[in-house]
Amino acid sequence: MQLTLEFGGGLELLCDSEKIHKVNVDLPNGEDDLTMKHLLSWVRTNVIKERPEMFMKGDTVRPGVLVLVNDCDWELSGQLDTTIEDKDVIVFISTLHGG
Amino acid sequence: MQVLLLFAGMESSGGDSSEIVRELEDLKLQKAEIEHRISALEAKLQETAAVERCDAVSNGHSSPTSPAFEHGLDHGLSPDQIYRYSRQLLLPSFGVEGQSNLLKSSVLVIGAGGLGSPALLYLAACGLGRLGIIDHDVVELNNMHRQIIHTEAFIGHPKVKSAAAACRSVNSTIEIDEYVEALRTSNALEILSQYDIIVDATDNPPSRYMISDCCVLLGKSLSESIDECFVKQPLVSGAALGMDGQLTVYNHKGGPCYRCLFPTPPPTTACQRCSDSGVLGVVPGVIGCLQALETIKLASKVGEPLSERMLLFDALSARIRIVKIRGKSAQCTVCGDNSSFSKQLFKDFDYEDFTQFPLSAGPLKLLPAESRISSKEFKEILQKKEGHVLLDVRPSHHYKIVSLPDSLNIPFANLEARLNELTSALKEKEDGHVNTGSCTNPSVYVVCRRGNDSQRAVQYLRESGFDSAKDIVGGLEAWATDVNPNFPTY
Repeated sequence: MQLTLEFGGGLELLCDSEKIHKVNVDLPNGEDDLTMKHLLSWVRTNVIKERPEMFMKGDTVRPGVLVLVNDCDWELSGQLDTTIEDKDVIVFISTLHGG
Repeated sequence: MQVLLLFAGMESSGGDSSEIVRELEDLKLQKAEIEHRISALEAKLQETAAVERCDAVSNGHSSPTSPAFEHGLDHGLSPDQIYRYSRQLLLPSFGVEGQSNLLKSSVLVIGAGGLGSPALLYLAACGLGRLGIIDHDVVELNNMHRQIIHTEAFIGHPKVKSAAAACRSVNSTIEIDEYVEALRTSNALEILSQYDIIVDATDNPPSRYMISDCCVLLGKSLSESIDECFVKQPLVSGAALGMDGQLTVYNHKGGPCYRCLFPTPPPTTACQRCSDSGVLGVVPGVIGCLQALETIKLASKVGEPLSERMLLFDALSARIRIVKIRGKSAQCTVCGDNSSFSKQLFKDFDYEDFTQFPLSAGPLKLLPAESRISSKEFKEILQKKEGHVLLDVRPSHHYKIVSLPDSLNIPFANLEARLNELTSALKEKEDGHVNTGSCTNPSVYVVCRRGNDSQRAVQYLRESGFDSAKDIVGGLEAWATDVNPNFPTY
């Protein structure tokens, strides 16, 4: 499954300062769907290069990170249960506080 | 290299420069006094002029033979206002209705910094009824690259005074409220309640939670009495750091509040400040302009506010993305259906503790006194030519800005992986000492920008067997304050 992952608001620093990652993710064994829960652990293993605790806490993203599936807050699509489809764009944004 | 030479050169000519510094201080003091008198006179002139204008307008409206009546101006705009705001009146989608609404509205901008600067200028220019400015800070030279509302003449003066003077010079006809104070739970409800719309142009998590909670509470109290028009106190929230910016409108007609989106505060390590991470001046400028735009739309009741949506600005890639975000959360502890959050709870709430983000942090005290030396003591070590290695643990791009001569740069984040470089630097010094017949082992002194990371580094080094490691208290900032005032700070 071809996906586009984007990191912003400083999260790109956790993956070699690359903001956009075009990736190929296989369906987990015996599953018909790819969920955000599976994708997050895949990202943690395959994309995040340092300080994984700045990306995840437990099995979800750490507080202060917004997850957008095709430009839409994952709260509206079921968070960890959101089903990902081929060619989807998933954005991870760290909230900013500066000014 | 240039910086090092500069540093060496300035050390040797200390005697002459102190006289120049004194004379400069004298002149600056005189300059500040004159500027103070000028701004006082200007303010007086503007007030007098405004009173004269108001008299003219109110006289006009008080009698049926007024110019306004004669010209059929039943929208309440004076001839001056028609001319001043004509380019907005000419917009079919804005027009006199939009301008009349704007002139009746009041807006509070919290923070007169990078976001607040352009926001305030546009809000003053567009013709709001009343504009409040709150900030406790003073203008500094390192603000000027992004906080474009301030001028060099106001360095050292309160940002609110500077911003208010700039707004008045753009538009002397609007009312401006100045609050030279920090926003706290003790004064927030009272101050925010006096405005229709709040603009969050602050720079830290505790303030952002506090402002959002306060807006929700003020919305609640209004909704019991007044009709649906302005029941909620909308919050135009902007943020910028480095090359990124974010913008959204909270607490607007069923939209989320800040806590709906971020119920749990992020870890402190994820909350970078412009003074640590840097920011390109125009980035908060862009977001601040957009905050003004969203505020004008809300106040004039035109267009579609950026509620339940968020604008993400990536300056480096030249991308603006607008994403859909969740609505109001029924489970929200502040604006949710079963929330018991009250004004009293708000007043007692410790936002710095909640976010683990102290606003006035004292220096870190990690090490015992015997593991530390002052910058003056380090100067003596340099003068006595005692064998040592000076380890600078700042990030390499900081090190490139300025550094002490003959230092070794290993950023704190890489210290563990690059310990061998420190070992070989020490070995080199030791060998040098054998040749000169000295018998003392070289010490490790650790320096950073302000003296926090250097303590963490010393703690780690001592655990790793570098028993002589000591940190220089207060870092390069202390060196600049106590040893060499000409050493560049940033």
